[in-house]
Amino acid sequence: MALFKLSINNRAYSAEVEGDTPLLWVLRDNLGLVGTKYGCGIAQCGACTVHLDGKAVRSCVLPVSAVGKAKVTTIEGLSEKGDHPVQKAWDEVDVSQCGYCQAGQIMTAAAFLKEKPKPTEEEIVGAMSGNLCRCGTYHRIREAVKVAATKTN
Amino acid sequence: MRIAAAAGGGLFLGFNWSDSAAAPVVVDAKSIVAGSVKFNSYLSIGSDNSITIVSPNPEIGQGIKTAFPMIVAEELDADWKLVKTVQGNLDPSQFERQVTGGSGAVPHSWERLRKAGATARHLLIEAAAAKWGVPASEITTADSKLFHKAAGKSAAYGDFAEAAGKLSAPKDIKLKDEKTFKLIGQSVRNVDNKNIATGKPLFGLDFYREGMLFAIIQRPKAFGFKLKSVDSAAAKAMPGIVDVVTFENSVAVVGKSTWQCKKAREVLKIEYEKAADLESSEDHNRIFSNLMDNGEATVRRKNGDVEAAFKSAAKVIKAEYQCPFLPHSPLEPMNFFAHVREDGVELVGPTQTPDRARGEAAKITGLPPEKISVEITRQGGGFGRRLSADFAIEAVHVSKLVKAPVKVIWTREDDMTGGTYRPAVRYRFEAALDKNGEMIGYKLRGVGINSGNPTREDNFPSGSVDNLLIDSVEHKSAITTGPWRAPITNFLAYAEQSFIDEVAEAAGKDPVEFRLALLEKAKKSPAGEVKYDIDRMIAVIKLAAEKSNWGKKKGVFQGFSVYFSHRSYVAQVGEVVVEKGKPTLKNVIAAVDCGIVINKSGSLQQVRGGVVDGIGHAMFGNMTFKAGTPDQSNFNGFRLIRMNEIPEVDVHFVDNGISPTGLGEPALPPAGGAVANAFYKATKQRLRNQPFINEGAFKGIS
Ligand code: FES
Ligand code: FES
Repeated sequence: MALFKLSINNRAYSAEVEGDTPLLWVLRDNLGLVGTKYGCGIAQCGACTVHLDGKAVRSCVLPVSAVGKAKVTTIEGLSEKGDHPVQKAWDEVDVSQCGYCQAGQIMTAAAFLKEKPKPTEEEIVGAMSGNLCRCGTYHRIREAVKVAATKTN
Repeated sequence: MRIAAAAGGGLFLGFNWSDSAAAPVVVDAKSIVAGSVKFNSYLSIGSDNSITIVSPNPEIGQGIKTAFPMIVAEELDADWKLVKTVQGNLDPSQFERQVTGGSGAVPHSWERLRKAGATARHLLIEAAAAKWGVPASEITTADSKLFHKAAGKSAAYGDFAEAAGKLSAPKDIKLKDEKTFKLIGQSVRNVDNKNIATGKPLFGLDFYREGMLFAIIQRPKAFGFKLKSVDSAAAKAMPGIVDVVTFENSVAVVGKSTWQCKKAREVLKIEYEKAADLESSEDHNRIFSNLMDNGEATVRRKNGDVEAAFKSAAKVIKAEYQCPFLPHSPLEPMNFFAHVREDGVELVGPTQTPDRARGEAAKITGLPPEKISVEITRQGGGFGRRLSADFAIEAVHVSKLVKAPVKVIWTREDDMTGGTYRPAVRYRFEAALDKNGEMIGYKLRGVGINSGNPTREDNFPSGSVDNLLIDSVEHKSAITTGPWRAPITNFLAYAEQSFIDEVAEAAGKDPVEFRLALLEKAKKSPAGEVKYDIDRMIAVIKLAAEKSNWGKKKGVFQGFSVYFSHRSYVAQVGEVVVEKGKPTLKNVIAAVDCGIVINKSGSLQQVRGGVVDGIGHAMFGNMTFKAGTPDQSNFNGFRLIRMNEIPEVDVHFVDNGISPTGLGEPALPPAGGAVANAFYKATKQRLRNQPFINEGAFKGIS
């Protein structure tokens, strides 16, 4: 066990855990940040996507010891009032069915649009195909990323 | 009850989901809180204008939490912005039966919800009429307001909520003319959108309780094994581990965090012994072949004289279709919380059948059901998997053994290898054509592995063929199975609709015309009972053909499919285009008759999602076994469809004013057939087995 000091959503947190614990489980079990979801644990589904210094990463395969001083952003901290353009687009397009995959989808989309504010449809599909949605909301995810792109300029 | 506490004073109506004869009744808030009234749902209108309804049905992504209050709000003429739904818990003192399954919630509750809304509106009008001294018949309502035009009076619902709560509800209530609906049929966004997009703790996996322990369970690694011995010394010595307990054939590692339990489970030393045959997929193929020819069949439906028809046939067509086992793979794996105390049990988690969880907990603990509460969380998909109670049973066992609140968590590997699969089935179809290409005989034999009845003997084409025999053979296996979204029809529809396509071709007829002719025949001179609505089926076929411009598109290969399930009718056209020499699935056009569409947005997505689900599993879904052990254990080995693999899905609803029929499942069954038939047109090769990716004909396609 070791003490890890983490910067998450611009707040300082600390957790006493084994160094190989994935960030996902530290967020969920130790820090009460349960918006980040577990779907596969092997970087296949994207449900656990968070931002590490602004880049989308799979927190289920990121040992907490590898986070270091990087700034972590989770769905809870994507925006203060839940009004990030991607979050707004997700409501407007009414994307969610069960909703379980959507935090990961939103985090992936937000990081992607930061890199590529005016993506083509092909680029959107390329960026989002790493995230599974078992309910099959892909048409609307694609649509919502397009809508969000019109909001970010 | 939260609803009473939140609303303060006002009108409270109690009504039942399960008893269709029971009319809504005015109840008083105090007796709701005391649990002394027997309704399983409430509608309240507070003096602050708030409108709340308790929805007892589990939300698994089908949109019930949005659709239910829409129905109430419509009849109530409520301002939608003021309406809230509260997820009801399974509470033995107040609720009766709560289930999500069979696409049955809306059809079942349609009348009841409308009556509740209409009754509340009626009472508000009566209260206003008394106060204003005008005839009730002259009062109109809109957007949670009452108006008397002539007297120039208006008031908010909240102003009369308390007075209305003192009246008694009428026995009979007039419902709106469906043509005047204002809210029903509109696009209304999911009521939980904001909570989902901001990461609020909604799901079972998100439930945490102070002092709660975590449990990860090792179940037998092969179907057919039972537990022999456990050495848990090493696991117990791992950091964070509180205990290792054994029940039935399971070993539970209980500790302070998910990760610690997961790591400790890896060092358990467990021995198993054989309790049943350890089957492999090759065994299944052999079993299928054997039972198809030699199995003892149960006759499901028989019309006319099949043998004579086949003897006199000008042409006989015969084909076999086979599908593998499938895990449900809801994105939220199974999990459940239990706290077993001396005097009662608290259960919390994602379940489609809370009542079953309670019953099982009562059996294990010996406590009466009234001492067991079940809180239903939002659920990260279900697809039928959460109809079982195995995960709840586990949580109760573990909590009882360690005497602490415990949450059992299944890893993805546990979820995928833990059983309760869609059963593997093989079908043999045979059709006899006379010299005019009329289908005079039809035979279907289904052989299933733990599938129960793998046929739907009364579905189309039954009723349209004079000589027909449908039977089935069952093989009992240690591999566990259960209902999987659109049980049985999720594969049967594909096989049957592909076969009908083969028959149409052999008869030299257009697949759409061929189906229509059969239906006309069923209408004119039915062969035995017809248990589907022929006209509704014809209507969706025609609509799909029209919207897809059937047979008239250049360079587009179209495949047709239609199916009746869960009281609804869906026809689909798959469209394949050859791009750079490669056949590619481009579009699916769906024509849907689910009666009145309640929420346009939710319904549209329900159909698209169903098509994506159907196509994805038809193309990629495969679960195989070696000596009882699943070969696939996570999304690296088991492939789910992704965004870059979906076709466009174009959805058209039939507008016929019929009361709503199911929609959570019916769009799935026809999807595979529409696609396979389109690929056939493009490649001249039939896809007779799922998944398509393992078929020679599909190589080089995806
Ligand atoms: S849980 Fe991390 S990618 Fe699936
Ligand atoms: S909305 Fe259910 S998994 Fe994506």
